[in-house]
Amino acid sequence: MSLDHLDPVKSMNEPVRFRAVGFNPRSNPLAAWGSFVVLIILWQIGCSTGFISELAMPSPVAVSKSLWQLIVSGELWVHLAASGQRLAVGWVLGTVAGLVVGFLVGMFSWARSPGVALVSALFPIPKIALLPLFIIWFGIGEPSKFATIGFGVFFPTVINTFGGVDNVARNLIRMGQSFDMSTWSIVRKIILPGALPTILSGFRISSSIAIILLVAAEMIGAQYGIGALILSAGSLYQTDQLIAGVVVLSVFGLAISWLLGRLDKWLLSWR
Amino acid sequence: MRLEISGVSHRYDQVEALRDINLTIEPGEIVALIGPSGCGKSTLLSIIGGLLKPSEGQITASGPVPDGCLNPLTYVFQDFALLPWRTVAGNISLVLEDHKLSKAERAARIDEVLEQTGLTDFRNAFPKQLSGGMKQRVGIARALAVRPAVLLMDEPLSALDAQTRILLLDEFAALFARTGMTAVYVTHNLNEAVRLAHRVVALRRRPGTIKEIHTIDVPIDQRQEGDPLIVAHETSLWELIRDEAIAADKELENVA
Repeated sequence: MSLDHLDPVKSMNEPVRFRAVGFNPRSNPLAAWGSFVVLIILWQIGCSTGFISELAMPSPVAVSKSLWQLIVSGELWVHLAASGQRLAVGWVLGTVAGLVVGFLVGMFSWARSPGVALVSALFPIPKIALLPLFIIWFGIGEPSKFATIGFGVFFPTVINTFGGVDNVARNLIRMGQSFDMSTWSIVRKIILPGALPTILSGFRISSSIAIILLVAAEMIGAQYGIGALILSAGSLYQTDQLIAGVVVLSVFGLAISWLLGRLDKWLLSWR
Repeated sequence: MRLEISGVSHRYDQVEALRDINLTIEPGEIVALIGPSGCGKSTLLSIIGGLLKPSEGQITASGPVPDGCLNPLTYVFQDFALLPWRTVAGNISLVLEDHKLSKAERAARIDEVLEQTGLTDFRNAFPKQLSGGMKQRVGIARALAVRPAVLLMDEPLSALDAQTRILLLDEFAALFARTGMTAVYVTHNLNEAVRLAHRVVALRRRPGTIKEIHTIDVPIDQRQEGDPLIVAHETSLWELIRDEAIAADKELENVA
């Protein structure tokens, strides 16, 4: 910017310039899909021309073939079912426990300081580092995977839930008290719906964490699951299958995010 | 219902908000509490309805309550305090749901107060769809639904624009005249006080004490905008609290 921009105005004789330009990004679904298409086309061109070596990065066509193989052989569904079950059980366990603790921390002085202190201390621990411990405690089977995902989901859910409870307008709670509503009614009819927007946006974070931990846990001790598929493909250098697995994960994540979006629309229609 | 405020004092940490307030509110009486910001008028209202525990003193409520009264001391809030996720009817239903009313009784009460406040056509609207005046009418309807003995009104018109305020002021006057309700009305607007109250209690600030009590003898439903007697009351009340208002205006905020 030139300095004369800041020169004092001496006199004016011109139409007023429109100044409120920009700072207003708009979304464009076509461009969103277009960016995928362009990326895949460029990628395929790179592979076809030999610019990208087949070993470093399999072409989209190879990845599609490999994905198709997984679908028609039925292998994909076995992996998806195993992963889906782990994800669902682990996420639900962690979320339910996190909601309960989050509400206690948000509402009661006795739970507040101990709860916040423990959560702050334990949240930053990478749960995957504890997987060997979980295997000792719960065995090599499913429970140790549920525990890994559950613990990973638990802490952010607690933090998010008590943040949401804290943010419920105090005047609404006082209103409830002024009408002699019971504590349980206040929790159910005022605090819970008031905290719901924050809780639901927390679900997006906790579900991503759950997917990351799912794959990590499956890479350590699982026969089936998307993580196991990716790991075995990787150890055989079947990069096309590896990328196919990654694509499946990405679609999985998108599907969950879409579901949560629907949940938002349904539960928060009053907004 | 008679409300007896005896020896009420309140402190917030260092600040003495109220000192030794003694006041009796007679059944069927509308009492306005006025004073500049920081005089403790809202604090006193919170204490009267049991939303704040006074450091000293107590409130005694005595006397008969209306038929079907579910919550004798009922508030109307400045910010309406409506649940945004419930409809108009749902917000009224909220305060009835904890009581032993049959579904039909609850529905009847909701219909009745919607009718009284002119909200029947808005029963399924959500608060965000309503104007400020309509929101406060919902606040009034919700308060009436529990058949209160005393209405405790905390600056109910302060969040509204000037035109809506005039409309609701008339509705309040009509409501008080029709029902003979007992009410404590907190406001910083002297015009509202002299239009609605039998007695206007002017508070002094730091510490909040009663400075003067004005009795206005004109029946509420006969008071008109611009009535010389009412204007005279308004002017003399302004003389009374003017210096306090100037001091309040110049004060640095030192209360968190």
